[in-house]
Amino acid sequence: MERSLFLAQRITAMILAPLVIIHLGLILYSVQGGLTAAEILDRTQGSIGWALFYSLFVVCAAIHAPIGLRHVINEWTSMPQRWVNALVMILGSALLLLGLRAVSAVY
Amino acid sequence: MSPSDSANKLVKVRIWRGREQGGLVDYDIETRKNQTVLDVVTEIQRRLEPTLAYRFACRVGVCGSCAMTVNGRPRWTCRTHIKNVVTDGTLTIEPLRNLPKIKDLVCDMAPFIDTWQKAGAPFSGNATRHDKPAAVKPDSAMRLAADAALQCINCAACYSACDVVNWNPDYIGPAGLNRAWTLINDVRHSKREATFQLAFGSGGCGSCHSHGNCTRHCPVELRPSESIAGLKRTAFAGLPKE
Repeated sequence: MERSLFLAQRITAMILAPLVIIHLGLILYSVQGGLTAAEILDRTQGSIGWALFYSLFVVCAAIHAPIGLRHVINEWTSMPQRWVNALVMILGSALLLLGLRAVSAVY
Repeated sequence: MSPSDSANKLVKVRIWRGREQGGLVDYDIETRKNQTVLDVVTEIQRRLEPTLAYRFACRVGVCGSCAMTVNGRPRWTCRTHIKNVVTDGTLTIEPLRNLPKIKDLVCDMAPFIDTWQKAGAPFSGNATRHDKPAAVKPDSAMRLAADAALQCINCAACYSACDVVNWNPDYIGPAGLNRAWTLINDVRHSKREATFQLAFGSGGCGSCHSHGNCTRHCPVELRPSESIAGLKRTAFAGLPKE
């Protein structure tokens, strides 16, 4: 399982790297001249491209972050492995559900 | 070489006495020319503190048994000249970190040796005396990878230097993983996949933070971090091919 988790974390990191750069670039670009909900919705509503972009972002983050957190908890606490796994599964599921809900809300 | 040589200086040597519970005890000694840390420990034991326990064998950097923590860093004491390590007239000598203390400067190496087993380290051949010896090309990629990692003599300096070992007792550590990497690159080893699974299992190479302390402190200048990186690459690329 460790190998699968390692691969999943590294592959999602490779996908996330360009997505994060585009995401940050977009923020820097779009805040010029103020930031409004109307401007954001204008860009995202009906845009299948941005919906796919951020869906991929959410899925990768929901896989990547819990695996990293699992390592951190294992190293810093003596919590039993099953509890740690359950905890990060809950976190990953929350990230996935909340993230996809947010993507669908602005679509 | 005379202790009364006017060039000799007094050095305060602070040595760990006791087991897990214990403390640093100060001894003042006069320096001599070409004096190693092991010479200092020996002089203190012979002249000042007969009950001081420490471990050594070859005295010339072959066996690795005299590794200790010198001024906070793991070193072979026989290959460390005190003129290079005395700081503000003081030399602090403690047993290796990350291993149970037995007495004074002697630590229990068993947990370290156990990590080799945990990393799938025993060689397992399946050839018989009737088979021809395996032909290993000296310039093959696998042989070169194994060559770069082969000269480990189990002194545990890397294990002592590793912060991940320090905070995670389940971590195999640099030496065991380095050994696993040599076996994975050995065409004669019949359990390469099993060794890889163990080296990548719980407490395996995925736990390494790539701090590089192992490589920094290896007295034979091996690069365990590079071996661990090789194991991680294997997770993507599969077992190395000739």
